Amino acid sequence: MLNKLFKFYGGVKPPSNKTLSNALPIVQAPLPSRLVVPLHQSIGGMPRPVVQAGERVLKGQLIGQADGWLSAAVHAPTSGTVLEVAMHVRPHVSGLDSLCVVIEPDGQDEWIAHGPPDIATMSPADICNYLQQHGVVGLGGAGFPTHGKLTATPAVPMAELIINAAECEPYITCDDLLMRERADDIVRGIAVFRDMLKPQSVIIGVEDNKPEAIAAMRAAVDAQNEAFSVVAVPTLYPAGGAKQLIRVLTGKEVPGSMRSTADMGVQVFNVGTAYAAWRAIGHGEPLISRIVTLTGNVRQAHNVEALIGTPMNELLQLAQPHPDTDGIIMGGPMMGFLVPNESAPIVKTSNCLIAHSERLFPPKAPEMPCIRCGACARACPHELQPFELYWHARAKDFGKTQQYNIFDCIECGCCSFVCPSRIPLVQYFRFAKSEIWAREREKKAADEAKTRFEFKQFREEREKTEKAEKLAKAAAAQAAKKAAEAAAAAAAAGDAGDAPVADKAPDVAVDPAQAAKKAAIEAAMARAKAQREAAQVKNTDDLTPEQAKAMADIEARRQQAGIAEPATTTETKPE
Amino acid sequence: MMFAPAPFLLKDASVSQVMTQVCLALIPGIAAYAWLVGPAILVQLVIASLTAVAAEAAMLKLRGKPLAMFLSDGSAIVTAWLIALTFPPLAPWWLVVTGTLFAIVIAKHLYGGLGQNPFNPAMVAFAACIVSFPALMSQWPSVGLQMPLLDQLNVILGLAPRVDALSGATPLDAMKTALKLGEGQIDIAHLLANQDIYGNFAGRGWEWVAAGYLLGGLWLWRRKLVTWHAPVAFLAAMVLVSGALWLYQPASFASPLFHLLSGGTMLGAFFIITDPVSGCTTPRGKLIFGFSAGLLAYIIRVFGGYPDGVAFAVLLMNLSAPLIDQLTQPRIFGMKGRQS
Repeated sequence: MLNKLFKFYGGVKPPSNKTLSNALPIVQAPLPSRLVVPLHQSIGGMPRPVVQAGERVLKGQLIGQADGWLSAAVHAPTSGTVLEVAMHVRPHVSGLDSLCVVIEPDGQDEWIAHGPPDIATMSPADICNYLQQHGVVGLGGAGFPTHGKLTATPAVPMAELIINAAECEPYITCDDLLMRERADDIVRGIAVFRDMLKPQSVIIGVEDNKPEAIAAMRAAVDAQNEAFSVVAVPTLYPAGGAKQLIRVLTGKEVPGSMRSTADMGVQVFNVGTAYAAWRAIGHGEPLISRIVTLTGNVRQAHNVEALIGTPMNELLQLAQPHPDTDGIIMGGPMMGFLVPNESAPIVKTSNCLIAHSERLFPPKAPEMPCIRCGACARACPHELQPFELYWHARAKDFGKTQQYNIFDCIECGCCSFVCPSRIPLVQYFRFAKSEIWAREREKKAADEAKTRFEFKQFREEREKTEKAEKLAKAAAAQAAKKAAEAAAAAAAAGDAGDAPVADKAPDVAVDPAQAAKKAAIEAAMARAKAQREAAQVKNTDDLTPEQAKAMADIEARRQQAGIAEPATTTETKPE
Repeated sequence: MMFAPAPFLLKDASVSQVMTQVCLALIPGIAAYAWLVGPAILVQLVIASLTAVAAEAAMLKLRGKPLAMFLSDGSAIVTAWLIALTFPPLAPWWLVVTGTLFAIVIAKHLYGGLGQNPFNPAMVAFAACIVSFPALMSQWPSVGLQMPLLDQLNVILGLAPRVDALSGATPLDAMKTALKLGEGQIDIAHLLANQDIYGNFAGRGWEWVAAGYLLGGLWLWRRKLVTWHAPVAFLAAMVLVSGALWLYQPASFASPLFHLLSGGTMLGAFFIITDPVSGCTTPRGKLIFGFSAGLLAYIIRVFGGYPDGVAFAVLLMNLSAPLIDQLTQPRIFGMKGRQS
């Protein structure tokens, strides 16, 4: 089957450096001395720990229960003893801690009872649930729970199911090796996804710098008589970005700010995710290990199959880093980050560890002013104007950054890569995005506080009115009672004709409603008086010049607005 | 713990590389200039460069900026060269110095230095000098002037009298003056027959200088330092308007070829309107910028009082660039054909 390929705008061609690590086969990493398994490894809810310190766990045993629909379970990567469930550093650029289950392996690697389910009897919802319980999440980068993408949108029929095997980031070869060595399981995993989403076509996109992987995948597809097309896409970073790959393979453009591609009739899974899904469905194994590329400033770069929770520095030792290694990059050199703490564990989304050294990644030249050369705009795959975004982000004019579509930025780093002024553009954009989020949170909090305050005022007001009504009613009842007594007394006295008391009675026995109104008016007047007093300038002596100026400014604005007397404004303020 | 943001891989690019390549691209034009018009231009290039570097250093020091980093960016040299190439080659040294100082101190650093100038500094220098010293700025060496380099140097340094031979005009200016003086009696064909000044197409020697700029400009385009939009639009505007008037009245209006190869057309098209700082940045914006600049340059040079119109055209368009950019923002990925 011949697929017509499309182009996406921009993109860059960094040196790929993939041959460093793709020559050797995948090696099983030895059991580490300790496993630190973070509970929060995917987008969505934080799984709840279901084990306690001192407990013995088996390989594949559930240790974190998925919390809510958008969440995925976490399992013990090997058998051993739970040392603690405590806060530990997680592999994140923030260097913050999160709740982890620490396991001391017993060396026996003893599996919990497991086996493949009878998929024929399972409904799509059952399969989703099964994948969630087996901790299957996207292994490409963001870690989106896989079952969340397998629920088809009924409104839009699924046209294409795309398997992302582009692996466009330099240095990384874990998907390449996975395809070369385990193509059969991948294709079976894809078939499961196909059966659930029922797309019109299935396309596996691989960058054309991986001929061995393409051949292996084609062979596996043919062997299983599947109608999947394995398409070699031109090597151009970031062709492996989900939206770029969709564009290349289908011609469809999904805006960067649009979260779900399903609305456009496309769904994308990473090739490693398809493999993990088949390990779960075909073998009953939860996601407890993954292929990690160990490369960079090392003597022997290669890929390992490592247990989730293995400390990064321990794992990297397998590749024998050179002595001048001064840090570890998790992910690729374009979008990865230097881990703040090298003892952080690898997680489900850790595809690559790069030993960092200044020889390999020389320190950046100092930042120069932007000369508006537009190289960044010509490199941006989302066709943004990074130099305009930079200009406004730098000026902290965040409204303008949104006008220039900052939330369409996928932070691929193409702009920073080409910038002759060496401006860390992506950093500026991250800063602007987080500021906007922080402000929105603040605004939301302020709005909520305002609503609460207004409701409190309303409630107090209502209580006051009710109290006044009650009092008035009581007073009226009292008066009516008195009048009735007086009338009774008069009647008892036998004076039938002259009845001054009886005449007076209606006056005393005022209508209760009127009494309430009167009380309310009195209360309002009292409030107004209190407010007047409060609004009165208490002390205009000994003002600082700033205060005096501020007052004068306010006065001036008032005059301009045609409001003459401050007192009237406070009095007419609506309650 | 060190912190360095991604990406860790960077393309080998820098501001000084950009500026160096612009200077390299000017060399074919400069070579033709020195060979065919006179080596005095080389002296002017040196004077302008030294002045620019000194002014740049002084301003950086005053502004408390790192000297080495900014001096090595090469942007002052580009400005200096453009000034030397647009001023008369035998202009007195102080005129070039004044222009360069004006460009670096006022047009560049008072606006915030590299990347911040709203106007092209070299064009500001040209405009300031032609308004202040119109006579000196209009004195071009007569055609066929045979003068040893030492004598040319003496003229520039004011050690020799500014003889009549110097008070010629550019072919563009000469044609305009001749047409004005001979109102209705002289036609262009007649003028062009005077091969001494007009050369093969557009002025002896100058047409080859323009060809040199064209060559350098095409190289810049190949190197992706400039995009085709602004130069093509600029030259297209020039050809369209001059061609229309030429077809309408060939006796009074010179051919498009004459306009393409004379005056500052080629230098402007590839080296001045492509200045990213003061020009437009969006593709459609560059087209509008280039076309309007070409149109204005033609109108000013043919109907205005100055020998050439490129400088004023560029400055006028510099003023409009921010607005044009704002109105021509391209649709982003996934938003084509959608309501935004």
